[in-house]
Amino acid sequence: MKLKIWLTSAYVRGLVGQLVGTLLGIGFIEAIRGAMGLEPTGATFNLFGAIIAEPSFVFGAIVGVIGFLLAAGVFTDWLKWMVGKETPLHHGAPAGKPEWSRYLNVDVNHKVIGIQYGYTSILVLLVGGLFAILFRIELAQPGMQWLTNDQYNTLFSAHGIVMIASILLGVGAMSNYLVPLMIGASDMAFPRMNAFSYWVGVPSVVLILAGMAVGGWDTGWVGYAPLSLRAPLGVQLFLLGFWLNGFSSIASAINIIVTTVTMRAKGMSWFRMPIFVWAAVAASLIQFTATQTVGVALMMSIAERAIGLNFFSPVGGGNPILYQHLFWFYSHPVVYVFVLPGLGVISELLPVFTRKPLFGYKWIALSSLGIALVGFLVWAHHMFTSGMADALRVPFMISTMFVAVPTGVKFFSWVATMWEGKMSFETPMLFVLGAISVFLIGGISGPILGTIPTDLHLHDSYWVVGHFHATMFGGFVFPFFAALYYWYPKMTGRMYKESLGKLHFWLMTPGFWVMSFGQMSVGILGMRRRIADYDPLLGIERTHVLITLAALVIGWSVLIMVYNFISSARTQEVAARNPWRSRSPEWQIPSPAPEFNYDVPFEVVGDPYDYGLADAAYIQMTPAVSGD
Amino acid sequence: MGAVTTPSHHDSHAHGPEISWEVQLKSNRLGLWLFMFSEVFLFAALLVARFVLWYDADLGIVRPELSQELGLVTTVILLFSSFFMNRAEMAMEYGDRKRFLNGLLVTAVLGTLFFIGVVVMEWNILGLQGELFGIELFGHLKPADGVISGIFFAMTGMHALHVLTGLIFIMVVWNNGRNGHYSPEKHWGVEACAIYWHYVDVVWVFYYPALYLIGTAVHAM
Repeated sequence: MKLKIWLTSAYVRGLVGQLVGTLLGIGFIEAIRGAMGLEPTGATFNLFGAIIAEPSFVFGAIVGVIGFLLAAGVFTDWLKWMVGKETPLHHGAPAGKPEWSRYLNVDVNHKVIGIQYGYTSILVLLVGGLFAILFRIELAQPGMQWLTNDQYNTLFSAHGIVMIASILLGVGAMSNYLVPLMIGASDMAFPRMNAFSYWVGVPSVVLILAGMAVGGWDTGWVGYAPLSLRAPLGVQLFLLGFWLNGFSSIASAINIIVTTVTMRAKGMSWFRMPIFVWAAVAASLIQFTATQTVGVALMMSIAERAIGLNFFSPVGGGNPILYQHLFWFYSHPVVYVFVLPGLGVISELLPVFTRKPLFGYKWIALSSLGIALVGFLVWAHHMFTSGMADALRVPFMISTMFVAVPTGVKFFSWVATMWEGKMSFETPMLFVLGAISVFLIGGISGPILGTIPTDLHLHDSYWVVGHFHATMFGGFVFPFFAALYYWYPKMTGRMYKESLGKLHFWLMTPGFWVMSFGQMSVGILGMRRRIADYDPLLGIERTHVLITLAALVIGWSVLIMVYNFISSARTQEVAARNPWRSRSPEWQIPSPAPEFNYDVPFEVVGDPYDYGLADAAYIQMTPAVSGD
Repeated sequence: MGAVTTPSHHDSHAHGPEISWEVQLKSNRLGLWLFMFSEVFLFAALLVARFVLWYDADLGIVRPELSQELGLVTTVILLFSSFFMNRAEMAMEYGDRKRFLNGLLVTAVLGTLFFIGVVVMEWNILGLQGELFGIELFGHLKPADGVISGIFFAMTGMHALHVLTGLIFIMVVWNNGRNGHYSPEKHWGVEACAIYWHYVDVVWVFYYPALYLIGTAVHAM
């Protein structure tokens, strides 16, 4: 019975649909090409002896994703609407199946989708982390030990994009699970589109991973042209997977914004929302606009390779810098998509664990919007060494420095919130503090890169790697783990094992410090990024060994977390209703939350973070109006 | 995953708290407009790419040599289709189903003519040749003609894709309208279809001059 439910789950149906769709798509274009008498072009692919041309392969990959979504059942309701059939939302498990099978099938409840995002994110995080550890072991010694250059290139490129997919999924997990709960809505504004947002991410991750099997690619996660135009076939699947992930981002971001605008509880004005909602909305504002431009850049690259349209290759008059502009117009703001929800979690959790009001609520809320706005004006600081127009350099340097202003607002608020607070150090709080320390490393190492004279020397070095990993860990990974521990009792109704949580923290945080400072130090000493080998005379071998060991420690500590979550879900004691004594509405209802969140609607009567103030209620459960 | 569940305290087939029609309509409208705003970035990115790539050090901004007559006729056709779309939507608001359906059909026919004008005639995917009143009917650009054709196919192609999905949308709404769906009070599907179609039109208002009018005409770069 269990096996049957797994085998008929939307994941398995979808993968079969993706395979069938891919083959159909390839066959369709190959038949047309055959009828026209065209020779195979581009990077060809040998499918059981048949030589498949690149255009057929690309079309097949797209049809495959549609096949996945059709077979999984994501489009079912919409297809019915097209022929005029009404389809009420289906709540609960599929007919005749146990409750847990909801998580394996297309479900429209935002909490189920949030948890689906969550476990997929962790799974993808483990895959991306494994890639990192594989090439990190190679880097421990100069010379090539156990990877070829091509394998190294594919692994570090895949590590980048797979981790970004994981982070986007993690952001989706937090926003989808938390926003409706926090604003008192019964679900998202568009539940079916919410399911689509999650499910389209699954086949696109499959495409990216499949790209490693068909030649891999050596462009890094940025996929710069013209290198991407010459890379093996794998780059096509990377570009396609990246592009399809954009559909997920855009749909999910629109959903979050609309839900927040139209479905807030009575009395919940904008400045009385839990602070995380502000962060989620600010991130969504970036996501639903900027994603389109990277989509254009990726589509252009796909078309340039597959059908010979010229945009980026200088051979036909194209401009490779254009790719970089389109790419970074998304990819710079998107790091704020990653960190804003994380910083929101920090602001959300600090008052709970310090038992004090959040310092400067309005400033924090508006600083999220400020970061989102400034984030659109700084993209070319990634291109100081690319040969872009000189006149653009200094304005972009200045705008980059402005990022420090709203970010600084957050730091000062966090310090002021902790000041003289009654702090307690449960695992979520530890991760919040770890996040602040790590994000500070990332923040301080940034201006050196934003300044043109120093960037020219450090741009192609491991300093960038250190800076970027510090911002991502401090801005997303640590807060995400804090959020997982903090809302774990809400999601499962049970408490995780505190001892293992603390062990996770005390392994990961020093591990990360060693890794980050190590990366920055080898960067200054001459270690270039994206290179599989280095000169032993640089004298950085010992640091590289330390970085690799630190990476292994971080990897093991994450596995401890996964073990903790899986085992605690079955065996740990049932959590108290409000274990953190939080004022937030989601903790005033049973855990796990009921299907429609609030059986009784609540009304907001005060400010959200008035911890420690007597008689300062945030919400009031209004009794149900009886009859009419 | 067995234990990480959200056991419902309700009957598992229970219906959620009803979202009122007004709230859902507000959500739908905001959602569609946000999507349209999102698409501004898509079309604007291509427009920016056009001004970056169709630039010559000596000539300044350039454009491909295209048939002015063909461009003007297709543009006029598309703009007229918006008029009939508006007529159809107004007819639905006043409950005139016949005029509503006819308006949609005229819109779809004009949209299809535009689509043919771009894909069959301007792109000349069938490789045809012909003249009418001394005007070349079919375009000459080939995908491999460097950035001139790259941007041309990208911009017209992205727009044509939206025209095509708009046409499908119109036919779906037409078919549902024929089967008695929609009422003067509740016709979100019609409204969404109309907004989408007008939007596709407005995009062309920016694309037409960028492709056909602005800059010095060149044969190839």
